[in-house]
Amino acid sequence: MLTDLLGIPPQVLFGQLLLGLINGAFYAVLSLGLAVIFGLLNIVNFAHGALYMLGAFAAWFLAKYLGIGYWGALIFAPIIVGAFGIVIERFLLRRLSGVDHLYGLLLTFGLALVIEGTFVKLFGASGIPYPTPKQLTGGINLGFMFLPWYRAWVVVASLVVCVATWVLFERTKIGAYLRAGTENPKLLQAFGVNVPVLTTLAYGYGVALAAFAGVLAAPITQVNPLMGSNLIIVVFAVVVIGGMGSIVGAVVTGLAMGVIEGLTKVFWPEASATVIFVVMAIVLVLRPAGLFGKTA
Amino acid sequence: MNRYIGYLLVLALLLVAPFLVYPVFLMKLLCFALFACAFNLILGYGGLLSFGHAAFFGGAAFITGHAIKVWGLPTELGLLVGAGSAAVLGLAIGLLAIRRQGIYFAMITLALAQMAYFLFVSADFTGGENGLQGVPRGTALGIFDLQDNINMYYFVLAVFLIGYAIIARTVNSPFGQVLSAIRDNEPRATSLGYDVDRHKLLAFVLSAGLAGLAGATKTVVFQLASLTDVHWHMSGEVVLMTLLGGLGTLAGPAVGAAVIVTLQNYLASGALSAWVPVVLGTIFVICVLAFRRGVVGELRVLLRKTF
Repeated sequence: MLTDLLGIPPQVLFGQLLLGLINGAFYAVLSLGLAVIFGLLNIVNFAHGALYMLGAFAAWFLAKYLGIGYWGALIFAPIIVGAFGIVIERFLLRRLSGVDHLYGLLLTFGLALVIEGTFVKLFGASGIPYPTPKQLTGGINLGFMFLPWYRAWVVVASLVVCVATWVLFERTKIGAYLRAGTENPKLLQAFGVNVPVLTTLAYGYGVALAAFAGVLAAPITQVNPLMGSNLIIVVFAVVVIGGMGSIVGAVVTGLAMGVIEGLTKVFWPEASATVIFVVMAIVLVLRPAGLFGKTA
Repeated sequence: MNRYIGYLLVLALLLVAPFLVYPVFLMKLLCFALFACAFNLILGYGGLLSFGHAAFFGGAAFITGHAIKVWGLPTELGLLVGAGSAAVLGLAIGLLAIRRQGIYFAMITLALAQMAYFLFVSADFTGGENGLQGVPRGTALGIFDLQDNINMYYFVLAVFLIGYAIIARTVNSPFGQVLSAIRDNEPRATSLGYDVDRHKLLAFVLSAGLAGLAGATKTVVFQLASLTDVHWHMSGEVVLMTLLGGLGTLAGPAVGAAVIVTLQNYLASGALSAWVPVVLGTIFVICVLAFRRGVVGELRVLLRKTF
C-alpha cells in the first residue's frame, strides 16, 4: 500500500485527512457566507469570524438558560445571530452605501473588535466545553481508522447546507433575484424588486451560515471568544484562492484547502500553519483572479 | 506662510516636550506616529488598504533587535538593517498583492502578514512567546549615551523627522502626484502612460521600509521586540490611527497615533484596561460612519469654510 511505502501509519494519515475535511467544511461554509454577502453588498465581512463565534455562544446560551439542546441550537442559533446580522446591516452597513467599499471592511473590522473584546471580557479567553449530542457520541471502526460519528456528521451537515444554498440560489425565484442583484442592482430595482430588502436578507443569510458553522464547531473546538479570530484570516486566503465568483467554487476550494492542510500536517507538520497562504501566493502568481474567479 | 509658522510651533513643542511629559511615552508616540504616517503613504495617497503592515513594523523590530543584540551592530546601523529588511519584505508581499485591487488587496496583505507572523513565531531568534528581550540601546554616533532617556528622545525625534521629511517629499513630488492620480482614477493614469503597477509597488516598498524604521526604533526604545508587534491587531491599530487622524493628510496620521497611544496609556492604568479592544473597535465604527475625514481632514474643511 501507498501509505506503507511512505512509512506513515494509515490511522494517522486518514485521521488527519478527516480533520482536514472537517476544517475544509468550516472553510467552505464560511467562505460561502462571505461570497453571498460580497455578491450583494460588495463588502468583505470582517466580522464573519466574530459572528461564527456568536453562533457557538448562542448554542451555549440556549442550552444553559432555555434548556434547548444541540439540535434546537442548530436551528435557532443561526436564526438569532442572523437577526443580529440584519440589525447590523440595516442600521450600520446601509449607511455606507455609496462610499468606497473599503469602509465596509473597516466597519466590520471594528465590529469584530467590539464583539470579540466584549466576549473575552465577559467569558475569558479559555474555552467553555459544549457537549457532543448523545445521538452522535462514539463512532465506528472502519478497519483502517476510527470514525467518530460527530465528525462524520459535521462534514455531512456542512455539505447539505452548501447544497441547499446552491439550490436556493440557482433553482428558486428569490435566488434568481439575488443573482440579478449581484449582477446589476440598479436594473433589478427598476424592475420593481426591493433591492435594499434583498441586500439585508443576503447579509442575514451569510451571517446565519457563519453561526451554523459555529454551532457545528462548538462540540469540537469548545466555545471560545477567539475561535473565529484567526480562522477568518485563513478563510480570507481561501476566498482569494477560489475567487468569490461562484458557490461551487467556494465549496470546492474550502474543502480542498482543508484536505491540503490535513495532508501537510502528516508530511510536514511545521508548514501546516502556513500552507494555505503559500497556496494563495502561488495562485496569485499563476491565476490572479482566483481558481474560480471570472474577472481580475 | 501660515503653514511654516505651524510647523515651527510644533517643532518647538517637540523640542521642549521631554521636560514636560514622560519621555518614554513621547518616544512611543513618535514611533507610532511615524508608523501611521508611513502607512498613510500607501492608504491615503495610494488608495491601497494594506492590512498587513504589522509584518513590516514587527519584522523590523525583531531584525533590528537581533542585529544590535547578537551581531553587536551600532544602533544606527541596526535601525537601517531593520528598515531595509522591512523594505525587502515589502517588495515580496507587494509583488504578490498588487496583482489584485480593492478588498482583495486588503485580504492578501492580511494573509501574507499572517504567514510572516507564523514564521516569526516559529523562528528561533525571535524568542517565540517571550519575545526578544534586553536589546541594548547603545550610543548615538558613538558619543551620546542612549541609556539616558533625554538623549534617546532626541534621537527618536531625529528619526521621526527624517522619516516624516521623506514622506512629505514623496507626497509632494511628481511621483506622489502620479500616485494620487492612480488612487483617484486608475484607468486614466494607465491611459496617460504611467506604469501603474510600478508606482504602486514603489510606494508600497517605501511605506514598508518606513514602517520598519518605526518598528526598529520602537525596539531600541523599549529594548524589546515582541509578537504583539507582528500580530494583525497591530495592522488594525495603524489603520485606525490613520483613519482617525485623517486619510491622505500629511499630519493626520501623527495626530491619530497621538490620540490612540494616549488613550491606550490612559486606559491601561485604569479599571477599563480589559476593554481596550472594545473601545478601539467603537472608535473604528464611529470613524467609519460619521467621521471619515478624520481630525485633520475635518479641521481643514472647517478652516476653509471660515476663511
